[in-house]
This record gives sequence, C-alpha cells and structure tokens, in this order.
Amino acid sequence: MNARDEILRRIAAALGDRRPTPPVPRAYRRATGEPGDVDLFADRVRDYGARVRVVSADAIAAAVATALHDRNARDVVAAPGIPAGWAPTADRSTVDTQRLGAVDGVITACRVAIAATGTIVLDHDAPDQGVRALTLLPDYHLVVVRRDRIVADVPDAVAALAGVRTQTWISGPSATSDIELERVEGVHGPRTLEVIVAR
Amino acid sequence: MTFLGMPTLSGEPFPTAARAALGDAQLRRNLAKATGTIRAKRARVVEELPDWAGLRAAGAAIKDATLADLDTHLLAFEADLVARGTTVHWARDGAEAARIVTDLVAATGTREVIKVKSMAGAEIGLNDAFDAAGIAPIETDLAELIVQLGHDRPSHILVPAIHRSRAEIRDLFRREMPGVAPDLTDEPAALAEAARRFLRHKFTTVDVAISGANFAVADTGSLVVVESEGNGRMCLTLPRTLISVVGIEKLVPTWSDLEVFLQLLPRSSTGERMNPYTSVWTGPTEGQTAHVVLVDNGRTATLADTVGRAALRCIRCSACLNSCPVYARTGGHAYGSVYPGPIGAVLSPQLTGVAHNRTLPYASSLCGVCQDVCPVAIDIPSILVHLRGKVVEDHAPVAEAAAMRALAWAMADAGRWRRLLRAGRLGRALGRRRDRIGSLPPPLSAWTGTRDAPRPPRQTFRDWWESR
Ligand code: SF4
Repeated sequence: MNARDEILRRIAAALGDRRPTPPVPRAYRRATGEPGDVDLFADRVRDYGARVRVVSADAIAAAVATALHDRNARDVVAAPGIPAGWAPTADRSTVDTQRLGAVDGVITACRVAIAATGTIVLDHDAPDQGVRALTLLPDYHLVVVRRDRIVADVPDAVAALAGVRTQTWISGPSATSDIELERVEGVHGPRTLEVIVAR
Repeated sequence: MTFLGMPTLSGEPFPTAARAALGDAQLRRNLAKATGTIRAKRARVVEELPDWAGLRAAGAAIKDATLADLDTHLLAFEADLVARGTTVHWARDGAEAARIVTDLVAATGTREVIKVKSMAGAEIGLNDAFDAAGIAPIETDLAELIVQLGHDRPSHILVPAIHRSRAEIRDLFRREMPGVAPDLTDEPAALAEAARRFLRHKFTTVDVAISGANFAVADTGSLVVVESEGNGRMCLTLPRTLISVVGIEKLVPTWSDLEVFLQLLPRSSTGERMNPYTSVWTGPTEGQTAHVVLVDNGRTATLADTVGRAALRCIRCSACLNSCPVYARTGGHAYGSVYPGPIGAVLSPQLTGVAHNRTLPYASSLCGVCQDVCPVAIDIPSILVHLRGKVVEDHAPVAEAAAMRALAWAMADAGRWRRLLRAGRLGRALGRRRDRIGSLPPPLSAWTGTRDAPRPPRQTFRDWWESR
C-alpha cells in the first residue's frame, strides 16, 4: 500500500465509528464590518517601534516626500501601482534582487490594516503592493495606509482577505529576542518600518 | 513502527537527564528569567481581549472537529494544492519524510538548503538525513543557527538557544561563522548583525528552501508561516524550490478559522498582539516550484487514542513550557525530545508509543498550570495520567495499573477532577507530608525519588480564577 492510502486507512481506523462533532462555539467577537479606529491603529503601530505619521488624505504626497527626506532616502523603489504623484522620482520597474538589496527604501500601499493589533497586510497580487521580494530586501519600508483600509480586528481582516492568494502580515519591523531575550530590530527584512496613515 | 528518526523524540530517561540540569545554576537563572518575562507579557496581552475564553473554546473545538474528520480535510487540502500546481507527498514516518525531502533536494542538484525553523523538520531528523546525503542544511532562524553552529540541541520551542549566554554566542560565531569579524562583541545587536550578513548571502544564493507550516487551510489550500525575524519570508520567497514539511494535524477546515488562531497563537507564544511577520501562500508563487510533504509519524496512532488525541490540537505556542515549574528547573534538554515541556511530555510518548518513552509522562507535577494557559485548552494533566496508566499497564503490577486508571478516571472529566480536588481527597491521598508529595512507589519513584512534587493547593487555580 502506498503511503497515502496507508495514512488514510490509519485515520479511518483511528476514528472508528464517526460521531458528529458538536458545532464550533463562536462566542467571540467576529467580523463586524465597522471601520477600524485610525488613532488606535496609529498607536498600536507605534507600540512596535515603527514611525507613524497621521495626515489628511490630500497630504499623502507631501508626507511621503517629508518621510523620504528625513530618512535621506534618494534611491527609492515604489510598487508599480503607487500613484506617480506620491513619489515622482521613485523607480517603478525593478525587481532584481541585487538591486533591491542596495536601494534606500521601498514604498507600497496595503490591502488591509488592523486597528486592534497594528498589523498591515500586503496582497502580493495587487499592483500597489507588489511582489514579495520588493518589501523584503530593502532596509526601509514606507507604507501608505488609507482610512478605508483600516478594519477593527483580526476577524475583519481575515474576512477581507478571503481569496487573496499571497499575503504578508506585518506587525512592526523585523525583530529577534533570541539572545538573552534582548530585543534587536531588523535581523532580516526591513529594519525600519514607517507608516503614513491618511485619514 | 520504524525506529529510524526516533532519537529526536526520545532520549535519556527524564530523571537521569534532569539530574544534570538541576545542578546547573546558570541554566536555571536563564530559564527563570526567560520564562518569567514571556509569561508576564503573555498575561498582559491576553487580558486585553475580553473574549479570550470564547476564542480558546473555539480554537479547541475547531481542532477537535478537524481531527474528527481528518481524512476528509486532508483530501480537500491535497486537491487544492494539486489544482494550484503544488506536488503533494505523503510520509508514514519520519524516515520516509526525511527521505522524500532529501531526494527532492538531491534532484535539484543543489548541495545547500536554507531552512525556516520547523518543529516537524526537527522531528523527522531532517538535518541528519541531509548530512548523510552530503547536503548542507543552513538554519536561518537566529536561535536555530546558534544551536546549529554549537552542534547543540534546541531547548525551547520558541527560543531554542535560551540556554546560551551572549558571551558563549559570540565565541561560537567567532569560531564557526564564516567571514565573521574577529573583534565581534557580545552585544546582541552586533551578533544579530553578523548573522544578518552571513545569512543575507545564503538567502540570495541558495536555491532550495525547507519550511514547515503553522496552519494548513483545507478549503483554500493555503499554507501559513508565523515568525518574527523575517528569515521565513526570505526563505519562502527567494529560492526557486520550496519544500514544506507539514504534520497532518496542522489542518484547519476553513480560511475563516484563522480568525481564531491568528489571535490565539501570537498572544500565547511571544506575548505580542501580533508577531512581526505572517506569510500566507496558496500554490507556488512568483515562479517557484512547490512541494508539500504530509507527515504522519505517530499522529494517526495518537488519533486512535480518544483521550490522548487532544494533544494533536497543539499549535506549538510554548505557553505551557513557560508556565511549567518542572520545565523552569530542568530546561528543555532533560526531556530528550524535540518537543520539551508539558506538551512534549504528552506528545512525544504518543508519537513514539509509550514503550519507547516511558519516563516522560512522569516529567510533571500535575499542577495544572499548563492546561490553564493552553490556548486550545489541552487537558495536559489528564493525558499525562492516562499515559502513566499505559506505561504501568505495559509492565508493572496490576494494583498500580488500577490506581493509575482510577486517577485517569478522576482527571478525565473536568468537573469530576475539580470536585475531587476541592474535597481535598486526592490531595490528602497524595500529600503525605505537609506540602509535598513524598516518595511514591515505582514507577512514580522515578520522578519523586529525585524531586518533591508539590501537593495540589488547597484552593485550585480554577476556583481562584472563577472567584475573581
Ligand atoms: S500544548 Fe497548548 S500551551 Fe503547550 S505549546 Fe501546545 S498549544 Fe501551546
């Protein structure tokens, strides 16, 4: 018998006469569809040690320019779908690993942001978020989060992400506590995460 | 059952291994600090959620429902994977799984692989199999890398190198890490930077990666990896071939079930609201070739035991390790198993069969804290007692078997156990001296001969919890 059949046979034997299981109790806060709280989101992201700027929707381009200037980031890549106006000089074409490892930073939007946990979720099939390597190799990741992307909690995010094939959930910059539990930021992946929240 | 690959699940008898650890004051200080810190963080973020009890009940029920229909979910998952272009392999035991993975790597012509930390990978003895096949595995999780460079074994699920000090790690890096600066300091930031540089080169040049999965979603064919450092994202993204080793108990039936587990896991594990990175992929992406190896290795045998099966709910958060008074004193190595701590004490003997892991069910004082912190409410004490009964039945006089069965009966039902504890009957029966359970007859003496077990407290944790 091949391994697959053997394992399936073992499972059937282990389960014996199957009794129906009781329904899963869903006595927890489920998706509400209510918008998430902008200030709570900003606070929770700050808690992870990320830099957050909350601006009005028409000030995104200016905020991006200020962020890049403060960071002294000149050689910047933007996900292909990022509006040209947000970062006029950013490179929108490159996906070469070598080059990405050397740039000053990358700009993307996000698919969902979770207020309760300060989490940003990227949909890698979306043009304004781009392939995974884009936000993986540069040391600085600037994310623009628009108000309508912010949901209240994890269940809302899971509901909004059904069918999204390749996702990265980001909660603060890369970190390790493996050496005597002392937190060190940026072992791999971006050492600096900066978030512009547009209300 | 084959015994190849078993050394990762059963080592020296626990009392023997624990004795050495108990003499190591440095280890105990490190462990006390680490587990205490994580415990406090966990408690804070769990308290933040008003619906924690509801999430926990849902988590337990979802896992039970998955297990009760495991073959159906596995077949659905397999169908999704195949439809998206992932190749699926099945492995009856660790040796078969390791062989499949090694053959897949060999077929690519690559002699080096990068690895995301994975308990399943450790369980099937993957690194030994790679070594034997002339393939060099490179651990990319910082702690796993430290363990690997030290030719050492992990001692904790979450922080495997918790037994190492920064000075030891510096010496290790200087000695073993190619290209490291000779004047490297023991600052954690400097050490992390050295690892970053060493691994960055590997991420961008090695062509095959090995991962596990924290969750596998049956109705969408998605795999989920939860991590902190970003090494997981690197491995999942950059190499051309990705091989994921997945225990068959990792399944959850539907995508929306993740709304429960992505809340339970990070808070229970690192005590964060959310871990820095979670990667989800559904079929091969961005030009990769993807393989999934579904591993049994004792899981179906565990499933066959209606009491012990609950151990398969485990989502490897390590909260039970951090709360366990026995683990805090002995450390992970004493368990002689890839799975240490309370969950190791119930899971490993079931995966190997109790005949091959006879002392681990005794590696506990049955204080019950592990169950209280477990995000999927695994009643670890009851399973321990149940397994002790099996160990005894396997060998010893009938009276002891009967006593163990009685205890198992008492613990099998939460209400029953609570009533007995409250009545103090069990406490009196076991606590001969004031607060300690003294020496017990063999085979219990294997544990009590070296340690005093605390008597169950007058007020149980549950009573206290409910009375708050
Ligand atoms: S048994 Fe429970 S507490 Fe322990 S690691 Fe597994 S899920 Fe976490």
